[in-house]
Amino acid sequence: MRDYANRALNEAQAKGATYADIRIVRRETQNIEVKNGIVQTLSLGDTYGFGIRVVANGAWGFASSHRLENAEIDRVAALAVAIAKASAISKASDVDLGPAECHVGTYATPMKIDPFQVSLEKKIDYLLSSDKEARAVQGVRVAESTLGLERNHKIFASSEGSYIEQTLTETGVGVVVTAVSEGEMQQRSYPNSFGRHQGTGGYEFAETWDLPGNARRVAEEAVALLSAPQCPSGVTSIILDGPQLGLQVHESCGHPIELDRVFGTEAAYAGTSFLTPEKFRNFQYGSKIVNIVSDAVAPGGLGTYGYDDEGVPAQTTDIVRNGQFVGYLTSRETASQLRKIHPDAPARSNGAMRADGWNRIPIIRMNNVSLLPGTWTLDDLIADTDDGIYMITNKSWSIDDKRLNFQFGTELAYEIKKGKLGRMVKNATYTGMTPKFWAGCDAICNKDHWHVWGTPNCGKGQPGQVAHTGHGAAPSRFRNVQVGVMK
Amino acid sequence: MLGESRLAEIAQRVLREAKADQTEVMVAAADSHLTRFAVNTIHQNVSETDATVRVRSILGRKTGVASGNELSEAALRKLVRSAETVAGFQEENPEFGSLPGPKPAQKVDAFVERTAEYAPAERARGVEKILAMSRKNRLDAAGAFSTEAYETYIANSLGVSAYHRGTVASIVTVIMGADSSGYATAASIDVADLDPESVGRIAVEKALSSKNPTPIEPGEYTVILEEPAVGDMLFFLGWMGLGALAVQEGRSFMNGKFGERITGEKVTIWDDGADPRGLPLPFDFEGVPKQKVTLIEKGVAKNVVYDSFTAGREEGKTSTGHSLPAPNTAGPIPLNLFMAPGTATKEEMLASTKRGIWVTRFHYTNILHPVQTILTGMTRDGTYLIEDGKIVRPLRNLRFTQSILEAFSNIEALGKNLVLLKDEWNSVGTCAPAAKIRNFRFTGTTD
Repeated sequence: MRDYANRALNEAQAKGATYADIRIVRRETQNIEVKNGIVQTLSLGDTYGFGIRVVANGAWGFASSHRLENAEIDRVAALAVAIAKASAISKASDVDLGPAECHVGTYATPMKIDPFQVSLEKKIDYLLSSDKEARAVQGVRVAESTLGLERNHKIFASSEGSYIEQTLTETGVGVVVTAVSEGEMQQRSYPNSFGRHQGTGGYEFAETWDLPGNARRVAEEAVALLSAPQCPSGVTSIILDGPQLGLQVHESCGHPIELDRVFGTEAAYAGTSFLTPEKFRNFQYGSKIVNIVSDAVAPGGLGTYGYDDEGVPAQTTDIVRNGQFVGYLTSRETASQLRKIHPDAPARSNGAMRADGWNRIPIIRMNNVSLLPGTWTLDDLIADTDDGIYMITNKSWSIDDKRLNFQFGTELAYEIKKGKLGRMVKNATYTGMTPKFWAGCDAICNKDHWHVWGTPNCGKGQPGQVAHTGHGAAPSRFRNVQVGVMK
Repeated sequence: MLGESRLAEIAQRVLREAKADQTEVMVAAADSHLTRFAVNTIHQNVSETDATVRVRSILGRKTGVASGNELSEAALRKLVRSAETVAGFQEENPEFGSLPGPKPAQKVDAFVERTAEYAPAERARGVEKILAMSRKNRLDAAGAFSTEAYETYIANSLGVSAYHRGTVASIVTVIMGADSSGYATAASIDVADLDPESVGRIAVEKALSSKNPTPIEPGEYTVILEEPAVGDMLFFLGWMGLGALAVQEGRSFMNGKFGERITGEKVTIWDDGADPRGLPLPFDFEGVPKQKVTLIEKGVAKNVVYDSFTAGREEGKTSTGHSLPAPNTAGPIPLNLFMAPGTATKEEMLASTKRGIWVTRFHYTNILHPVQTILTGMTRDGTYLIEDGKIVRPLRNLRFTQSILEAFSNIEALGKNLVLLKDEWNSVGTCAPAAKIRNFRFTGTTD
């Protein structure tokens, strides 16, 4: 592999590149889905290729191919340089990558049981057990139990001397139960929505979440929701469970701190950010108990790795400290740009550049952007709430292009009256504006309730890229929130 | 791009290697190029060459799938063995009948050589025209100019053999001022049909005219939705309930409504993979020719689309050619949706509106309730207040929470032109007109 990498870097530089890197990536996947007692999906995936990224004439170029052979490497390296030179037609200034990054190292996801080595029979049995429990509940129309595995073997080499080899392994499991009646459909998911909860790690992750032990409960909840009353409308207190709060962090904090969005380079598709550079270290993002970090080394997090796809070591960065906005997710280029505005900003990238496979360029992506735990127990928090709604597991999400106005729906919700959980309500929604919402955060549960929830479906970029991100969160309370938006 | 004979050779090699009772192979190759710009400069410029082979093996009623992108003989052999091995671990699926048999192929000419050969420098020159207009008006332009050539070959051991190749070119731009933005897009199989200057001009005009937006109270308003907003609603309608599996599982808005009126009578929606006004795909991912399927006719629920699995579950049904790639638990989906145009121009819709809101497009639309077809999302890149038949001022973006079927029941006029709207993530397109709709529900606003 070193020979291929060296050939690509040499060829790119010979054609005029002033910087070049190559990523050689193999992605293996295994997906199993049991639906209503039948194994509907049993598939193996394997995609392999390389991408060469260059700076030539001060502009970026990228080309990729699935044929890892000398002649194709030469063609793709030359094409990347030609593309960079075409890009230079419109450049405003030369690409500035800041200080050189030269790292040689390896990283592999820690795990106890290699999930690709566990027999298919064992995995299918696990899912069939979950499916059987879910369908034991009368009124269930569809039960889907899923196991997904992904392994990325990545080699990164750059013209600055980096050579990094990583093997990242992910395991995910989930059960989704659908109940329907005349004009109504309700779903419940466990442990998280989006089909499954996923983290970096081995098969022990699947066993920890015990789908068979929880499938019947969520099936009963789905059926009960069909006849539950509609979530009331009004302004009240809400308590969000960990998975829903994880997505709230993702959408209203994780995306607006991506410095490429801030500088406008994602404007056409994903949008920009309300956290503009003048707010850096000078903006009250939330209440004083709100502390958020970007943490690429969190054990088991879906956004955990050893190095990003620019070869920068994984690290932890403060994003919101005691409610104050103090940090962005950065790349080498955007870190340099920020420093031109704020000379005291870090000179180096905090390692948030990731690509969705060999055929995509790295862009700034969340790793594990997490709300740090507070001091409450969930029981105490509910007991302390006179009137409100407890909302559980995401169902719907939408947020504007600057990440201010959001609206979320959850699968399940309960009224809270005089410190006690009351009746179940369906179709719960809440809406708000990001800084006002986080200013209303007055209680966060403690580390016993805290977990890094996986979001395996984060879309961004053109052409589209899907990132796997993690979000540590514990149930938390927010005051004065508009709920019950749906008719 | 590898060409039909190379794709056929790969497919036949897979079928010769197969030992399963039935085997299906899909070979898909593409050369994709995209020039992306932001802040009036090209910042990402990419090219990709890939080819994927997907094998579905059937042992009795057991199915296994494996895919890879290495094309050597050894890699293909390994792929077939992998698919057959995982099929062996399966449980019998009593509802699985058979892979589809061969049907007369339909050909659609969707390949334009100049699109396939379009060079990075040509895309850059097209982008530069947009950037120049943006700079001249002291605005910031962002967007992407993409060209792609793709080909698909599907074959199975029952004799199915289908090949299609096509090209797609698209430009999308968002041009921004300090507190304003404008959007425009164009797509075609022929890059020569795209006019970067025209796309840029529309977006610049919107960015200039939407400066200093002011808020408006949320509530129900008459709206004029431009084509991208209507296309967004069509896409979600197809995804939520116009496939047979959604009906069979009781989660479609079509359940119990066939033959009944579910929207206003101005609404006719169909799917047609052979219509060159869209982005044609003449057969589905099982190699079954796509039929034109009328889904809603003059407001009446008519049909949904089928693949071979869902057709096999209902007496007298056959696949309409709407399968997605295996393995697929989402069921068949209409990917080439059309909404019948009306007779009005957007200017006529505007002139006939006493008070209302003009919407350029939606952003981050998502489903709140699939059976009630309730969506939420934001307006973006050009939202204006209409009074007495004229646009009087730009508005801050609004959040809507609205049932599609209810909105389609309140259509007062449809635009006379159909516009092709390419999906951001795939080479599929929806053709939609503009629409004037009364009582459209906005539930929030933003800064």
